[in-house]
Amino acid sequence: MSAQPGTVAGAQAVPAKKTKVRHKQNGAALFFLTPWLIGLVCLTLGPMAASLYFSFTDYSILSSPRWAGFANYVTMFTEDKLFLVSMKVTFLYVFVSVPLKLIFALAVAMLLDKGIRGLGFYRTIYYIPSLLGGSVAISMLWRKMLGGDGLVNHALAFIGIEAPDWVGNPKYALYSLVLLSVWQFGSSMIIFLAGLKQIPADYYEASSVDGAGKARQFFNITLPILSPVIFFNLVMQIITSFQSFTQSFIISNGTGGPVNSTLMYSLYLYKKGFAFFQMGYASAMAWVLVILIGLFTLLVFRTSKSWVHYEDGGK
Amino acid sequence: MTYATGKTEWLRHSFVILLAFIMLYPVLWMLGSSFKPANMIFSEVWIWPSEWVFSNYAKGWAGTQGNTFALFLKNSALISIGAVIGNVVSCSMAAYAFARLDFRFRAIGFGLMLMTLMLPHHVTLIPQYILFHKLGWINTYYPLIVPKWLATDAFFVFLIVQFIRGVPRDLDEAATIDGCGPIRIYTSIIMPLALPALITTTIFTFLWTWDDFFSQLLYLSEVSKYTVPLGLRLFLDSSSQSDWGPMFAMSVLSLVPCFVIFIICQKYFVQGIATSGIKG
Repeated sequence: MSAQPGTVAGAQAVPAKKTKVRHKQNGAALFFLTPWLIGLVCLTLGPMAASLYFSFTDYSILSSPRWAGFANYVTMFTEDKLFLVSMKVTFLYVFVSVPLKLIFALAVAMLLDKGIRGLGFYRTIYYIPSLLGGSVAISMLWRKMLGGDGLVNHALAFIGIEAPDWVGNPKYALYSLVLLSVWQFGSSMIIFLAGLKQIPADYYEASSVDGAGKARQFFNITLPILSPVIFFNLVMQIITSFQSFTQSFIISNGTGGPVNSTLMYSLYLYKKGFAFFQMGYASAMAWVLVILIGLFTLLVFRTSKSWVHYEDGGK
Repeated sequence: MTYATGKTEWLRHSFVILLAFIMLYPVLWMLGSSFKPANMIFSEVWIWPSEWVFSNYAKGWAGTQGNTFALFLKNSALISIGAVIGNVVSCSMAAYAFARLDFRFRAIGFGLMLMTLMLPHHVTLIPQYILFHKLGWINTYYPLIVPKWLATDAFFVFLIVQFIRGVPRDLDEAATIDGCGPIRIYTSIIMPLALPALITTTIFTFLWTWDDFFSQLLYLSEVSKYTVPLGLRLFLDSSSQSDWGPMFAMSVLSLVPCFVIFIICQKYFVQGIATSGIKG
């Protein structure tokens, strides 16, 4: 029993029984996996193949697809100015909001970590924006709050500052989306908190005996030990930020305005596919997004070798 | 020494509370505004209404074009409950197979499942839409519920797999010796022990379905079928200046279920996020 852990334990000695057990489990596995298998084939793999095919065609849902070769992909990068704009907007959004959010999350996690009384309460409060942030209600609130005569400007006027219409001004509109994203740092913070708890207090004690200051401790103990968690948060946030939709849709009323300054990639893809019925083009855009996210994830994975440290020294 | 830590502790508390207040201000302000008369909403920065008005709720509840907000709430509840049950059943079944059963193509299957975890949904979006269109499912709730019954949220499959792996295998073996088959083991042993993972799945499926805007926007076209997010947006479209009060009132209502679940399941929330890294 002890030599062979697992469900086929002890079966090694009786080969006939082993095949019987395996056979039985194939049937059971099929039973348990049937819903997943149907979903995988009909809603994931099938559609993936179809969308790859559509991406090489001219296709509106009203007529059948017409083969167009690489035309969609070529158009995207050479003629479609809005595509390039949406790409730029999305990159800017990801590059500004993700680091800010993680820095904020880590700072607050560290603030809460060192045995503060009422930790549970604070953790709850700080998580509330993440809980609600994806909702249409909050996006609408944001739009009104940062609008020309919204709450923020009334507050600023109170202290004598005359401010622009944040969501209506192409210079600032994207940053109001960034702010909304950073505001939702709660879930990253909870993950950081869990990571910080893993760091043995002895490390800090030993290093302070050696005369290390707070900054030294942060860079030599906290960051390296936390690096796998930072890495994980970074990858997750990059993937989700690239796909951001609801906030820009609601705040710009579906236009991506003003002057396309909040035209997120997802929003433009939606417009192409479901407002202009260019399903082939939208499919090609989806594949470019897959490649982009894949490249960025790969890049983060590659560079991680130099900055992510695992306790056991392995991968 | 104790005095110094006491003082820094006090400072830290003040800072943490101040920051929390700033963070929550927008939400509190919205709550306050839902009780303010229309002309006061944007001129009043303070949360507390100087004049209390309850008609915003009545007006918002009445909805638009003869569709009350109660209808939107009911539709959202229907979809969310269908999605939750679907996800819990189908994802836990798949997870049990991956975590405990020995079968052919297990490694390939598991790999495929992990792959779908990383895939942006855009890539399946258009063919799925066409498929549902051909099935005549546009403007029905099927596209929003059926995929959940087919374990398409790989994230939860993975979450439950990870959890089941922590359940001692001895229990399964003992049950096998007692003559239990895989179905019995799944229903009587694994599912009860995996309850925290199932609760996490329930909470997040509910929240994400409740708040989901994209698919509902895509698949629902008739106002009588609208859900809460789409209903809220109607207020925005028909926004004459005076409609902000009712809009905020209904926004507040739309957040109530999320809050209730959050407060009831706080423990599982924190666990679920900390151990699985659920985005939020």
